[in-house]
Amino acid sequence: MPENETIQGLDLDEYKYDFVTEVDPVYRAQRGLSEEVVRQISQHKEEPDWMLDFRLKALEVYESKPMPKWGGDLDGLEQVLDEIYFYVRPQDRMQHSWEDVPDEIKDTFEKLGIPEAEREVLAGVGAQYESEMVYHSLREEWEKQGVIFDSIEDGLKNHPELFREHFGTIIPTADNKFSAMNSAVWSGGSFVYIPKGVSLDTPLQAYFRVNQERMGQFERTLIIVDEGAQAHYIEGCTAPVYSTESFHSGVIEIVVKKNARFRYTTIQNWSNNMYNLVTQRAIVEEGANMEWLDGNLGSKLTMKYPSCYLMGEGAHGEILSIAYSGDGQHQDTGGKVVHAAPHTTSSIVSKSISKGHGRSTYRGLLKVHEGAHHARSNVECDALLINETSRTDTYPYIEIEENDANVGHEASVSRIGEEQLFYLTSRGIPEDEAMAMIVRGFIEPIAKELPLEYAVELNRLIELEMEGSVG
Amino acid sequence: MTDASILRIEGLEAKVADEDLSILKGLTLDIGKGEIHAIMGPNGSGKSTLAKVLAGHPGYEATMGSVEFRGADLLDLEADERSQAGVFLAFQYPVEIPGVSIANFLRTAVQAHLPEDEELDVFDFTDILMERMEMLEMDVAFAERHVNDGFSGGEKKRNEILQMAMLKPKLAVMDETDSGLDIDALKIVASGVNKLSEEDPEMSVLLITHYQRLLDYIKPDFVHVMVDGRIVKSGGPEVALELEAGGYSEFETASAS
Repeated sequence: MPENETIQGLDLDEYKYDFVTEVDPVYRAQRGLSEEVVRQISQHKEEPDWMLDFRLKALEVYESKPMPKWGGDLDGLEQVLDEIYFYVRPQDRMQHSWEDVPDEIKDTFEKLGIPEAEREVLAGVGAQYESEMVYHSLREEWEKQGVIFDSIEDGLKNHPELFREHFGTIIPTADNKFSAMNSAVWSGGSFVYIPKGVSLDTPLQAYFRVNQERMGQFERTLIIVDEGAQAHYIEGCTAPVYSTESFHSGVIEIVVKKNARFRYTTIQNWSNNMYNLVTQRAIVEEGANMEWLDGNLGSKLTMKYPSCYLMGEGAHGEILSIAYSGDGQHQDTGGKVVHAAPHTTSSIVSKSISKGHGRSTYRGLLKVHEGAHHARSNVECDALLINETSRTDTYPYIEIEENDANVGHEASVSRIGEEQLFYLTSRGIPEDEAMAMIVRGFIEPIAKELPLEYAVELNRLIELEMEGSVG
Repeated sequence: MTDASILRIEGLEAKVADEDLSILKGLTLDIGKGEIHAIMGPNGSGKSTLAKVLAGHPGYEATMGSVEFRGADLLDLEADERSQAGVFLAFQYPVEIPGVSIANFLRTAVQAHLPEDEELDVFDFTDILMERMEMLEMDVAFAERHVNDGFSGGEKKRNEILQMAMLKPKLAVMDETDSGLDIDALKIVASGVNKLSEEDPEMSVLLITHYQRLLDYIKPDFVHVMVDGRIVKSGGPEVALELEAGGYSEFETASAS
């Protein structure tokens, strides 16, 4: 790629997604979290009683749990939570055609290139704006085969039995403080069902946008991949830059049934005023395969450890994680794999890049339960530090209760070396470009797994971030 | 050889950037267009420092003297600009760049050598790369390997010659290219350099080496002996043979006294 082309046409000083749309929401709850807010959310969604009870119990659990002390710095969070809106409803009801989405909201997604991607490369698209899904659509061919791809609210309404069988069972309310919070105030997210033996050949995509200041977004996603089915789900997230903090806390529950394959890709590019505390977990049954591809580029603080519970014999779990931390950012990410059945295999590969005063933490748990004989796992975490001021920490927890488990662990920390830079520049490559080339090479094992348009976007971002990072 | 001079080094003194001690202590050398020069010297004489200073390594600092390359002040240019101007350094220890393919690396480097408004045609580039690899008896699959990552010593040196063949320098500085090579690998590397010399008779070469061995395969026009940061003797190919017989001790005592 010619150097000039990659640098021209980019707003070098600006986060590309920093634009605000003027939209008057049809409803906005009062600031902060209270029982009243929880009741209002449930009422707006016309939920059955059991769900209101579920929410109210979750609120109690949330209030009873202390703020976690082990991860990123959450000291300022309580104050932020008092000031944000937990529920903002942007339009009356969800649409299935872009034409029916209000112009201002539609413009936002046009700018983000979503309708275009939908036409070209996706099987279905969901778009969430503030607290609600404003758009959801699935290609007819998949609908005919029984695929369900809808907002989580419509999942509850239209498929109550399937919904209730799984909702809150993969990630129990009390799993952690923020899964409890999400269980109390969840709004938006996707409900996905892939029927037995159906293979989607293009991905489903959900797009999450926070537009207004002091906003909290709490999407909840439930995905059921039935026996022998295959699919790929992608989520993307952006928001404008505000001087005040915003908050995002999602809960993603996935069941991958016997011999099914599923991949969940996240490209998180929140603005740098966002707290992003997400719980993602998949139950992986016999012979099934689950892959998390987790890209964390934005946010102020992210705490997120996608996990695989390998419950059936021969299940395989994979977590590929990439984190970028610039000034003022802390990515506390990694993954968790629990081997609970024989002959299960897993792999965690984590790569982080820290620049300026950025900080990246790898935090991972690998657990092999007694009885999970012949389990195999490999954990690899590599950190790249760009500047002297950049920071990285590694917390790899490994708990093995089975004698014949085969577990490998490797960790490395490297700096972009003067010798590497000199080698590339001595071939005529300018220093900024040489830096970007080294970083791209570092993440290559993960970038090559991304769909092309995301790989291109990731490379562009790195090019942009490496501008002026030399010295 | 004033008109045909391509590199003129005068009274060059240089040191490691953070240290006080000079390594080059007033080095003077003139290389004409198309000439092959060899600098021989014992360990620690400053040979590799000279190579790095010429290529613009940021860890070294020239404190005195001048280096004129094709009429321009070379010391004034950054490393990438020196390469674009036609200087090439074949590294003694080529550096690993994991995750970056040789093809991608070379494409970026060749593009950087073109004028700003000119865009490299990817198909032309691939044709040229294939042709050059064939010339150097390299397997096509080599282009997809990551730069020097997991390469044997011989592969690394061959990769240096491939880069040289793609960038077509006016001056190739070869820093201990023979070190770590067995005789077969040495022959392949030397034949690559000779082919490039034949192709472009105006290309000048500066061979930096500890041993006479390399000079059996690449014939220098001039041989210089470097001791303690200075050239202490210059002459024709016979100088190398004298060294082979007598070693460096004669010069080292001379320099110490």
